[in-house]
Amino acid sequence: MNRIDELFLRKQKSVLSVYFTAGYPELTDTALIISGLEQAGADLIEIGFPFSDPVADGPVIQASSHQALINGMNLDILFDQLRKIKETSRIPKIMMGYFNTVYQFKVDRFINHCVECGIDGVIIPDLPPELYEKDYRLLFESAGIHFICLVAPQTSPDRAKYVASLSRGFIYLLTSSSTTGNNYSPGINLPHPLIPSPALRSARGRGVMPALIGFGIHDQETFEMACRHANGAIIGTGFIRHLSANLSRQGEEQLSKYSRQQQINTLCENFVNQIRG
Amino acid sequence: MNKSRFTPDADGYYGEFGGAYIPEMLVPNITELRDNYLRIIESEEFRNEFHELLRDYSGRPTPLYFAKRLSEKYHTNVYLKREDLNHTGAHKINNTIGQVLLAEKLGKKRIIAETGAGQHGVATATVCALKGLECVVYMGALDVDRQAPNVIKMKMLGATVVPVESGNKTLKDATNEAMRDWINHPDDTYYIIGSVVGPHPYPDLVSRLQSVISDEISVQLNARIGRAYPDYVMACVGGGSNAAGGFYAFLDNPAVKLIGAEAAGLGVNTSKTAATLALGQTGILHGSKSKLIQDQYGQVIEPYSISAGLDYPGVGPLHSYLQAIGRCTYIPVTDQEALDAAMELTRLEGIIPALESAHALALLPKLNWNPGEEMVIILSGRGDKDMDTYSKYFDHESH
Ligand SMILES: Cc1ncc(COP(=O)(O)O)c(C=O)c1O
Repeated sequence: MNRIDELFLRKQKSVLSVYFTAGYPELTDTALIISGLEQAGADLIEIGFPFSDPVADGPVIQASSHQALINGMNLDILFDQLRKIKETSRIPKIMMGYFNTVYQFKVDRFINHCVECGIDGVIIPDLPPELYEKDYRLLFESAGIHFICLVAPQTSPDRAKYVASLSRGFIYLLTSSSTTGNNYSPGINLPHPLIPSPALRSARGRGVMPALIGFGIHDQETFEMACRHANGAIIGTGFIRHLSANLSRQGEEQLSKYSRQQQINTLCENFVNQIRG
Repeated sequence: MNKSRFTPDADGYYGEFGGAYIPEMLVPNITELRDNYLRIIESEEFRNEFHELLRDYSGRPTPLYFAKRLSEKYHTNVYLKREDLNHTGAHKINNTIGQVLLAEKLGKKRIIAETGAGQHGVATATVCALKGLECVVYMGALDVDRQAPNVIKMKMLGATVVPVESGNKTLKDATNEAMRDWINHPDDTYYIIGSVVGPHPYPDLVSRLQSVISDEISVQLNARIGRAYPDYVMACVGGGSNAAGGFYAFLDNPAVKLIGAEAAGLGVNTSKTAATLALGQTGILHGSKSKLIQDQYGQVIEPYSISAGLDYPGVGPLHSYLQAIGRCTYIPVTDQEALDAAMELTRLEGIIPALESAHALALLPKLNWNPGEEMVIILSGRGDKDMDTYSKYFDHESH
C-alpha cells in the first residue's frame, strides 16, 4: 500500500507535512534533513526539487531553490541521494517541483525513479489537472505514485470536485491565492481564509479523501487553525526560514557528517515541537 | 481577424506547442479570459473602439515607407513598416490598447505588466493613464539601468515600476514577478502580457491584436504596387509579437517568405546569446510549451542580448510551430550586426531604429533574394530609448 494512504488510515488529525528544498543549504543535506524530520515526528515530507523560475514561490523558497541550483542539485543527484536511504527511511515522501524539470527528465523515467527511490507522491503545481489527466494519469496510477492536486479558494465548486476526483492520497488545500510564504498574521487574516469555502467543502465532499492545508502556515497557532479544518497542514517557507536561521552553510567550520546530522536533528526537533506546541 | 490553421486549437496548442501550464491559483483568471476574449475582441463595439484608438490616439495606419537609398544599396525594393511612428514609439501599443479595452470589459481595476526594453511598460502605463487605471510594471533591475528614459516615462505616466532583482534581472525575471503578482491578486487584476507568450489564450490574443500590422501592409502594398502581398516579410523576434503581427495576414500565402531575426548576442556558439529557435529545446516556461534555452535538467539558461527587448530565453509557441512546420525561417543576428545595421539605416534613411528592430534590418545582407523582389521589414520601434547603448558603441568605434 502507498505510504500516504497508510498514514491517513492510521492518523486523521494534526498531520504535519514539512517541505524543504533539496540541496539547500548544502547539496548533501537532503538525507540528513529527511532523517531529522522523521525522527522529530513529522508525518510526511515534501522534497522540493529546484527550478530556475519558480513562479508559484515567494522570496524564501526562490532563494533556497537558487542556492540549491548553485550547489549543483539536479534530479540525477537527488534520486541518487534518495535511493541510498530507501531502506532506512520509512516516512512517506512526496516530490514537489515544476513541470519543466520533470518534462526534460521524461515523465515516465521520472516516475520509474520515484518508484525505485521510495517516493510515494508527486506535486507539480504548474501541471494542471486537465493536462495531467490527458497525458500522464495512466503512467502515475499504474506505477502507484500518487499525483496530488491543489484547490484554491477561488476554485469553483464544480472544478474542485473534478480536481478532487483526480487527486490521489490527499487534496492540497490552499489558504488563499498566493505565492508561497505569505504569512498570515493571527487575528487579521486568520481564521478567515481557513474557513472552508464552498469550493473547499465540495472538494472534500466525497468524505474519503483526506485534505491538508498549505501556504502561509508557519507556527503553532496557524497550524492548529488549519488542523481544525482539515486533516493537517503543510509547512514550507516556515521550515526553510528556520533552516536558514539555524544551520550555517558549511563554510569554514567543516563539520563531520555526524555532527551536522546532530545539528540538523536538534533543529528539526525544535521546529516540530514549536509547531505541535 | 480570420481563422486559419495558424490559430490554436481549443486547448491553445499550435501543433505540439502552446497550452496553459498554470498553477491552480491562476486558473480562474485564465479561464475567464479564455472564455471571453474571442467574443469580446470580435464584437463590433470592441472593434470600433479599438480601431478608433489605433487611428486617433496611436496614429495608425503607420506608413509603409519605401526606403530608396537602402533599396539602392541592396539592389532590391525595401519597404519599412513604420511601427516606430506609433504613439510611444513601438508596435507594443497595438496590443496594450486592445488588452486595456478587454480588461475594462472584464471589469478589472488594476493592471500589471512585465517589460524588457520598457516599450511595453510605457505602452501599458500610457493606456492606463488614458483609462485611469492603476498600473504596476515589473522590470528587471538591469533593464531599469539600460533603458532609463523609459523608466522615467512610466513613472511620469503614473505607473509604479518595480525593479526585479532575481535571476539575470531581465525580461524573464520580470515576467516571473508579474505572474507572482497575478497569483497574489486573483480578483481585481488584469495582466497585460507584452508579447505572444504566456499561457493560452495570450499568444492568440496578442497575435490577433498585432495582426493590424500585416492587414495594413496588405492594403498599402496593394495601393502601391498593385499586389496585396510582398515576397518577404522580416521582423525581429523577442517573444515574437511584432513578427506575429507582421506575418499574420500572410501565413496562409506560401508566396510570402517569412523571416524572423533572433538575438544571437555575441554569437550562437557562445554562452552569451538569446537565439531561442536556433538553440532551444522544447520546454515549459511562463505557462506555455515552446522552444526554450535550457540545460539538460530543464533549468533555464540566462540569455544575453545587447537589446533588452530580445533578451529572453523563450519564444511564443506560434513561432516554435512555424519553425517546426517550415513555414518561417529564423536567423540569428549578433549584437555587432545589429549595431551596424542600425548605423546603416540611420545614415542612409535618417531613421534611428530601436536596437530590437535593428536585428531585423541586419537580415538584409544575409538573404539571397531575386532582383526586383519586394521586401517588407517591420521597423518595430524607434531608437530613442537606446541612445545610451548607441553612444557607447560609437565612442568605442571612434577609438
Ligand atoms: C521596439 C521593439 N521591437 C521588438 C521587441 C520584441 O518584442 P516582440 O518580439 O514581442 O515583438 C520589443 C520588446 O521590447 C521592442 O521594444
